[in-house]
Amino acid sequence: MNALVATGITKQYSNHLALDRVNISVPERSIYGLLGPNGAGKTTLIRIINQIINADAGEVMLFGEKLKPEHIGIIGYLPEERGLYKKLKVGEQLIYLARLKGLSNSDAVARIKIWLNRFEITDWWNKKVEDLSKGMAQKVQFISTVMHEPKLIILDEPFSGFDPVNAQLITEEILRLRQRGSTIIFSTHRMETVEDLCDHIALINKSRQILEGTKKSVKEKFKTNTYSVTHRGAFQSTGTGFEMVQQQPTEDGYFRSEVHVRNNGNPNALIQELTRLTEVHAFEEKVPTMSEIFITLVKGESHE
Amino acid sequence: MNKILLIVQREFLNRVQKKSFLVATILLPLIFPAIMAALVYVAIEQKKNATKEVILYIDESGFFKPDTARFIFNSFSGSLEEGKKAVTESQYFGLLYIPKFELANPTGISIYTKVNPSPNDISGIERMFESLIRDMKMVQLNVDKTVLDQLKTSVDIATFKMEEGGKEESSNTKVLFGIGMTGGILMYMFIFIYGAQIMQGIIEEKMSKVVEVIVSSVRPFQLMMGKIIGLASVGLLQFLIWIVLISTLSTVVLGYFGLQTPQQEMMQMNEQAQQAAAQGPGSLQLLNSLSQINWTFVVFCFIFYFIGGYLLYGALFAAVGSAVDSPAEAQQFMFPITIPMLISYFGLFTFILEDPHGPISVWLSIIPFTSPIAMMGRIGFGVDDWQLLLSMALLIGGFILTTWVAARIYRVGILMHGTKVGYGVLMKWFMQKG
Repeated sequence: MNALVATGITKQYSNHLALDRVNISVPERSIYGLLGPNGAGKTTLIRIINQIINADAGEVMLFGEKLKPEHIGIIGYLPEERGLYKKLKVGEQLIYLARLKGLSNSDAVARIKIWLNRFEITDWWNKKVEDLSKGMAQKVQFISTVMHEPKLIILDEPFSGFDPVNAQLITEEILRLRQRGSTIIFSTHRMETVEDLCDHIALINKSRQILEGTKKSVKEKFKTNTYSVTHRGAFQSTGTGFEMVQQQPTEDGYFRSEVHVRNNGNPNALIQELTRLTEVHAFEEKVPTMSEIFITLVKGESHE
Repeated sequence: MNKILLIVQREFLNRVQKKSFLVATILLPLIFPAIMAALVYVAIEQKKNATKEVILYIDESGFFKPDTARFIFNSFSGSLEEGKKAVTESQYFGLLYIPKFELANPTGISIYTKVNPSPNDISGIERMFESLIRDMKMVQLNVDKTVLDQLKTSVDIATFKMEEGGKEESSNTKVLFGIGMTGGILMYMFIFIYGAQIMQGIIEEKMSKVVEVIVSSVRPFQLMMGKIIGLASVGLLQFLIWIVLISTLSTVVLGYFGLQTPQQEMMQMNEQAQQAAAQGPGSLQLLNSLSQINWTFVVFCFIFYFIGGYLLYGALFAAVGSAVDSPAEAQQFMFPITIPMLISYFGLFTFILEDPHGPISVWLSIIPFTSPIAMMGRIGFGVDDWQLLLSMALLIGGFILTTWVAARIYRVGILMHGTKVGYGVLMKWFMQKG
């Protein structure tokens, strides 16, 4: 089942089209990367899902239901621009935000205590947010996003402002939340995050969705049938099943070559052919990184 | 709806828990009367201790009899030029020159001073001559001196407003004036202070970016209304505390002077009070006038117009707050909002209190943007029912309209950062769908 299906989402601002018939479907319990360059329309899409603004056309279905105000309580949203009430104390602030999400006072207090314990920051309850460091405030903000146990969590650039230790902590929490049944949508520019965490992705560029699928299928689609071979002793690109892309000597007579397999030949045939030509030490398929795919697609579009 | 209540509660607690609220609420009603009392005291002391200025006079007519209530008059024997010189070289206030004149046509009386005399000084001296000449004319007409003395009376007009039932009330216009002025000024201050707080709160939310988190949980309209209503309840609480404080204080103070409070007196028979007023000294008369006023009605009107005016302007302040990124940027939009407020505020001093039933006063008290202040100015003088009802209905309509307009701007504005905002942009936001 899909946690979220958006079809034909269009949003027109007075002087530009922010979203043009965008479709995405986010499978339940997936970690879904929403990618795209700045200004592509990601934030607009996220705001539509959060019912902060309305789409001009299109439909959003959440867990099989048409998006309605009551859905606010099952979504947790961490905006890219973080913000809390500076003068309020951490405890009061979290209770207020939880109650706006529909939690009762006692539920809110209990949940917040659990989360503060978990992050080992119980003594912050009476601290004002303005007295916290940026990283500390980010933790409080993260708690405010997930404390009502939302079924759909939308995180816009979740790791900005976290040091590696805290980023690791947050990553673990995200994985744990997924384990417990939440679906997570990431919006990010950081391709290493996508590489590590996401299992589904969509790429939005210039208001249009230009790519969607599982990470594996996307990579499959963009792989170039290129293999990287480390070998001793040079050879010429004389093979029948492949052509040489490049060959570079490394040291002690070792070389690294990139070869492209013709006609979708399979890797075993390539290895067999290579072993006849040289002494193979390492063999690996060159799978494009998300970063490469991103750049190829976004650049390709802008050269149209 | 439930969420609006949560926001109202939060806003209310945020303000009320602050020390500054406590200080303002408790000290202000003490500080204002204290400052006024101090000023009055200083003024009285100054008058008491003031040495009278000396005026030299050259009397060529032979009629002049100095009245020394205001000035000390010293005769100067010498020419006009010598007199002028004497004044310039000394501490004297001035030189009064009285040439020979016809009683029928007194011309040529002049005063030479080093500083510009106040209109009060001049009219005082003029009145002195007028009564002097009148007395001399009476003598010329052979009016008896005793008759002359008997003719002199000091009149203090008591004003009565006629009620429909034929009942007469002594309505001391000074008291009504005071009520109108206080009510109007309070209204102006309340609307401005609390309106500005709405704006500030919204700018803060926008600057700290918390607003996006909030509007992912509640509708922008709910957030705006929650904020406006929350602050209104703070304002009302403050107002009620002031009323309680002031009436307690006045009971204590009046009790100290052995007088009854207006509230107590109000409950007693009118006649008794009126008799007291007719004979009693000024202070009691004032109290009697106070007791004639329907305080419940005045307070009700104040609260109604405060809520109405506050909601009307509060929505506009909210729209401005949502549109800008900093308080400094808000200035350009504040101007048009302040204008109707200023018109009614200055109108209060110039014509509303002077002529509460004049057409401008009436219309200002009906138009919703000016009515809260203008109506408070008029309320004590008695307002026709149709005017009051029309004004109230228009005020309700007015704030529904401004709230609707403001909400449309607000929902777009709070999410916009770094846009250069002008009236054109506001219009565009207003027209924007969803």
